[in-house]
Amino acid sequence: MSQQIAISLKPDNQFLSFVQSHTGESITACYQCGKCSAGCPTAYTMDITPRRIMRGIQLGLKDELLDSSAIWLCVSCQTCSLRCPREIDIAKVIESLRQLSISEGRRPAQKDIAILYSAFMQQVRFFGRIYEAGFGLMYNLRSLHIFNNMLRLPSLFSRGKLKLKPVRKGASEVKQIAARVKELERKKG
Amino acid sequence: MTPAESESEKKVGARTYSYYPGCSLHSTGAEFDVSARLVCQKLGIDLRELEDWICCGASAAHSTDHLMSLALPAHTLKLAEAKGLPLAVPCAMCFSRLRFTLHEIKDKNTLDLVNRAIGTELGEPVAVESMLQVLADESISLPITKPLNDLKVACYYGCLLARPPEVVGIDDAENPQIMDRLMERLGAETIDWGLKTSCCGAGVAFPRLDIVLKLSHRILSLAQRSGADCIAVACPMCQANLDMYQKDMTAKFKQKTELPVLYFTQLMGLALGLSPKELLLDKHFTDPLPVLREKEPT
Repeated sequence: MSQQIAISLKPDNQFLSFVQSHTGESITACYQCGKCSAGCPTAYTMDITPRRIMRGIQLGLKDELLDSSAIWLCVSCQTCSLRCPREIDIAKVIESLRQLSISEGRRPAQKDIAILYSAFMQQVRFFGRIYEAGFGLMYNLRSLHIFNNMLRLPSLFSRGKLKLKPVRKGASEVKQIAARVKELERKKG
Repeated sequence: MTPAESESEKKVGARTYSYYPGCSLHSTGAEFDVSARLVCQKLGIDLRELEDWICCGASAAHSTDHLMSLALPAHTLKLAEAKGLPLAVPCAMCFSRLRFTLHEIKDKNTLDLVNRAIGTELGEPVAVESMLQVLADESISLPITKPLNDLKVACYYGCLLARPPEVVGIDDAENPQIMDRLMERLGAETIDWGLKTSCCGAGVAFPRLDIVLKLSHRILSLAQRSGADCIAVACPMCQANLDMYQKDMTAKFKQKTELPVLYFTQLMGLALGLSPKELLLDKHFTDPLPVLREKEPT
C-alpha cells in the first residue's frame, strides 16, 4: 500500500553524501523515470517504492527511509539495477539502507523478515552450514509463529528434504571470520 | 584409498572441477545434487567436492552485513584455490555470492579487508562456473538415448543466474537462451515466454508467504497458459517456491495450478538414459511422471 510521505527539504544533506560515498553510486543522477518501480516484483507491497526511495535520499529523508518496510521487502532480485537508464545500482543502494538501519539499531518495519535473516546467520555461525530444520524451528520460535509450516513437515521429512541430524562443519572458521569482521567494522566505525 | 581412487586423484582431465554443492543441495535441493553428479558422471566430467566448504551466507548475509557477505564465500574460494581447479556450483544463490565476491575483490581496498576477515590472502582468482554453464558447453557431446521429443519445456532462469550480467556472465539478461539451447539439444521443445528471469519471491516464504505465492503463481500460470508441460529450473530456491506451494496457490487464486518443476539436470539425466528413480523425480511435490510418460516415445 502506498502512502504519502511528508517532504521536508533538508539543506544540509549529509544523508545523501553518506549514501553516495558508502555505495559509490551516484544518487543525484536519478531523474525519476520510474523504471525501477515498474519492474520491481515487490513494489506492490512496499510503503515507499524504489523510485521514491531514490528521491527520498536526494531529499535527505533519512528517518522515513530507514524506518520503511520497503528496505526489508526488497528481495535483491536486481531488476531495478539492470534496467536503470542512469546505471545506478539501486538494489545495492537499498541494501545499504537496510544495513544502515540495522547498524543504527532501528526497529525493523518488517520484523519477521529481520528475524529470518538473523536466525539464518545464527545457524551459519553455529553449524558452519545451514541446518534447514533447525533454521525453520529457530525462525518459528523467535518470530513467535510457532506453528508456521508445521503441516508441511511430514511431507518434507518423508521426501528426505529435511534431515533430523545437523552436519556441523567449518563452524569454528565461521566464528573466527565473524569475530574478525566485527572487529574490522568496529575500527572502520 | 584403492588403487583406482589414487589413480583418479592424479589424473586431472580437461573436465575436472572442484565442486561446491552448498547447504540446500544437501537437504531440500538433494535432487539437484544427485542429478548433477549423475549427469556429470555420464559425460565424463569429474566433480571433486571441496571437503570443508562453509555456507555462502545467502541473502541473509548480504542483506545485513556487507563484509560478512564477502568473507564467507571468500573462505570457500580460498579452499578452491588450493585445489587449483575451476569451481562448479549448481546452486544459483551460492554461484551468485561467489561471483559477487570475485567481482568486488577486484577493488584493492575491498580485497585487503576480505583478506583480513578470512585471516589469509587470496591469490589468483578461481574460475567459478554455474552447473548450467558447465553443462551447456556445446563442445560436450551428449550421448542421448531417450530424447525428450514433444516435451514442451519452459526454461526458468530466475534472478541470480541472469543478474547482474557483468557479474554472472549470461548470454542475455532479459531473455537468456543457454538453458533453452541445452533443452533443445535433448530433443525438447522450448516455450517462448516472458517471465524467464522474473523473481519467484526468493527467500521470504517463512515471513511473507503471500509474496512468494503471488510471484510464483504468476510465473506458473503464464508457463501453463503458454502450453508448457513442465518448468526447468537451475536454482533450489526457485524449485522449492514454484513446486512446494502449488496447492496453496490453487486454493488462494481459485485457479488450478499444477505444473511439474524439474531441475534441468534431471531432464538431462532422463535424456541420457538415467531412470526417474535415480534422478529422484519422486521427490517433487507435483509429480512429473504422468506428463513424462505421456510424452515418452512408444
